[in-house]
Amino acid sequence: MSTRVVITGMGWVTPLGTDVDAVWRRILAGESGIGPVTRFDASTFKTNFAAEVKGFDLAESLPADLAAGHEDAALNTRFALAAAQRAWEQSGLGSLASSGKLSRRRFGMYLGAGEGPIDIDNYAATNLAGWKADTRSLDAAAWGRAAQQNMSAVREVQQEPNMALAHLARAFGARGPSSNCMTACAASTQAVGEAFETIRRGDADVMLAGGAHSMIHPLGMTGFIRLTAMSTRRDDPAHAARPFDRTREGFVMGEGAGMLILESLEHALARGATPLAEIAGFGSSADAFRITDIQPEGKGAQAAMLEACRQAGVNPREPGPDGRPQVHYISAHGTGTSENDKIETAAVKGVFGPLAPRVPFSSVKSMLGHLIQAAGAVELMTCVMAIRTGFVPPTMNLHEPDPECDLDYVPNAARDLREQGGVEVCLSNSFGFGGQNDTIAVRRFRA
Amino acid sequence: MDRRVVITGLGVVSGFGVGADALWSGLCDGRTCLGPITRFDAAGFATRLAAQLPDNFAAKDFVPKSYRKATKVMARDSEIAVAAARACVEDARLITRGTEGENIATTYPASRLGCQIGAGLIAAETDEMTAAMATAAGDDGRFSLRTWGGEGGQGMEALTPLWLLKYLPNMLACHVTIIHGAEGPSNTITCAEASALLSIGESMRVIQRGAADACFSGGCESRLNVMGLLRWSLAGMLAPTGDETDGSRIVRPYDAAAAGGLLGEGGGILMLEEERAASARGARAYAHLAGFGAGQSDPDYRDGERDEGMRFAIENALEDAGVNASQVDAVVPMASGVPRLDAAEAGALRAVLGDHLSRVPLVTLSPHVGNCNAGHAGVQAAVGAMCLREQRLPARLHAGRPSGGLDAGARGAVAANLNCVLVCTGSLGGQNAAAVLTRA
Repeated sequence: MSTRVVITGMGWVTPLGTDVDAVWRRILAGESGIGPVTRFDASTFKTNFAAEVKGFDLAESLPADLAAGHEDAALNTRFALAAAQRAWEQSGLGSLASSGKLSRRRFGMYLGAGEGPIDIDNYAATNLAGWKADTRSLDAAAWGRAAQQNMSAVREVQQEPNMALAHLARAFGARGPSSNCMTACAASTQAVGEAFETIRRGDADVMLAGGAHSMIHPLGMTGFIRLTAMSTRRDDPAHAARPFDRTREGFVMGEGAGMLILESLEHALARGATPLAEIAGFGSSADAFRITDIQPEGKGAQAAMLEACRQAGVNPREPGPDGRPQVHYISAHGTGTSENDKIETAAVKGVFGPLAPRVPFSSVKSMLGHLIQAAGAVELMTCVMAIRTGFVPPTMNLHEPDPECDLDYVPNAARDLREQGGVEVCLSNSFGFGGQNDTIAVRRFRA
Repeated sequence: MDRRVVITGLGVVSGFGVGADALWSGLCDGRTCLGPITRFDAAGFATRLAAQLPDNFAAKDFVPKSYRKATKVMARDSEIAVAAARACVEDARLITRGTEGENIATTYPASRLGCQIGAGLIAAETDEMTAAMATAAGDDGRFSLRTWGGEGGQGMEALTPLWLLKYLPNMLACHVTIIHGAEGPSNTITCAEASALLSIGESMRVIQRGAADACFSGGCESRLNVMGLLRWSLAGMLAPTGDETDGSRIVRPYDAAAAGGLLGEGGGILMLEEERAASARGARAYAHLAGFGAGQSDPDYRDGERDEGMRFAIENALEDAGVNASQVDAVVPMASGVPRLDAAEAGALRAVLGDHLSRVPLVTLSPHVGNCNAGHAGVQAAVGAMCLREQRLPARLHAGRPSGGLDAGARGAVAANLNCVLVCTGSLGGQNAAAVLTRA
């Protein structure tokens, strides 16, 4: 029988806060983390609002003995460190590590961390110093000289996407298999999925897995504004994220991190840890369709969901013994773009058939915004919280039904499923620009 | 039942051009591609040599006619990837959706073909970005975010709408999966020089666990632009080049007195296939991918543990392959020429191979093709496979002297009896990977 993999610790940094239970309560209450951009002057940007992480101080998140050496870390890495510290504390691995009983070689990492925010002031100054207005061209030699005056080695190196791994390795001592992937908005679901596979095949006992990202900087916002992928509801940012609503017109940028400790069941039980939930399946596919569009039937998304269900031993088209569908909640990718929401709906129908309308299927992006590469790990954590509390989170701002989005999106209010038997199995979906699709199945841990 | 993995196709893009044969003959002849940077004026940098792709390289030559328009939204990294993937498919004699012709049946169903291609942090083209930023400069000559955000074709509106998509690292895999119809698991690993080998290991695991029967696997990158050159200079990876015009005199792997490495553009994409599926279609295997391992180092390289992560990676790979250190016949290491990285690599190899190390030839590539970053280990793995098939070790360039009794000095190509080749790499950032290739 293949190795079972459980979650023994979770931490996040989100636009609604950093404490796991407190943020969960705010999500169930339908609160919004979205407001005007404060990090830079976005007043003239078509989208001038976002879901920022507020009042975050890494020094408050890390114990003194871990804090050294991270002063230069980029914002995404700081989010990763804080979230990982919370996951680490909850897992109880610290005492095992300090007594030398945690094999660092069997402790790996798999992240879907994004790049660090660009050093915009120095970058812009360097570019303009290299610009020849008369010929409207770049003088590369002048640029090079200006760059070496203006730009900071630390700030440039810390933008590299594998730097979160470097800092986490220093803080937590992981020396096992470590990778970072960047599959756009699917990255941290894919990272947790591959971490699960790493343990399942016996290449590690413990994996720190998740994602961290911030694109709330001028060029990050620029990229998505040019793609017309973000909401431009400037007069009403708190209601701008409206997944599945007929009036949706784009996603809202968020930022943050989600980190999980994954462990083989054997390793967790041997040290007396309490599993929070079990990873039951992971499906991954590529649309191989177009760089700008999603395959219209969501073929790739269906393949990912079906594989996750298959591994979890769940038949999406058969009700369980209690008459309910066997999947009790789906955390939607649910970006709030016109295309994603209708195709994801079609894909869920393709997988669940006639049972699809009976599966609660909501998007926490309506409150947290889109954490881009960090979204998948944070959303997987909401699935674990749904299993642990019996409540499923709402899709907020869903008032005008879209005829092409006609499933049960848990509109505008969280739902208490405890009387129906709670939440046993969830799917968490993430789909990336460029066509990468990833789904994780997570279930209540039962010995 | 065990699913073993074989390497059936090599797609390499390097300063020697497109294709593993071009690389192999360049290496065996002892040539270097490291020369003066001509793509842009590098006079403002201390490092002015690199290994550029030949001037006639054009992505449109490597995509189906129907996909030529899409080459306009490809960063150079993606251009390299689509060329490497095409060369890989042709070398493996695989029929994919990208093979031109009427009503042809593909070798594998789309859902059984995966794609793991490592990539770097792709810098926005500075010319395009600066032209847009120049429209947002205030009267004081400084960049104004307010003007940048405005309307009327100024500021950000001067950027093409698809600007962001060009630079997402997963676009390499995305274009390759679209062209060749690969709908299986797909990933983009971004761990600097370790990216390609970590991707190869992941493809191997994907095939072993039955999630695909064949995978495009490796990595590609070009940091040969002002931003890439700057970042790698600031990171302490590059040597100053002074008046030198022959870069192979500067890149001196394992020479403690070396000044650093030089950039190369390129990468390698390999076709990995499940062994029975490959033999059923009559494929010719270069080698078995017999084992894989990975590990993380403390990026500080603090005393006593600086080579730990790479040692674990190599030990894990050997154990996975079921071979002893003494059975390793040759090593294709990263050999960047950056003394601190070389020292960690040599330390790990010594820790695992012991006295045997002095008898094991190291196949060093960076004096020939530079450091291809996220693509480098793809080139390394392809060379490892070539060594096994040709039973030959390519020539080595070395203008100095490798330390510690390593078999890494200058030498011509030689015939060799090779059954087991170790490929290993570290990275700036501390991720390490190792693979064991055995004779097919």
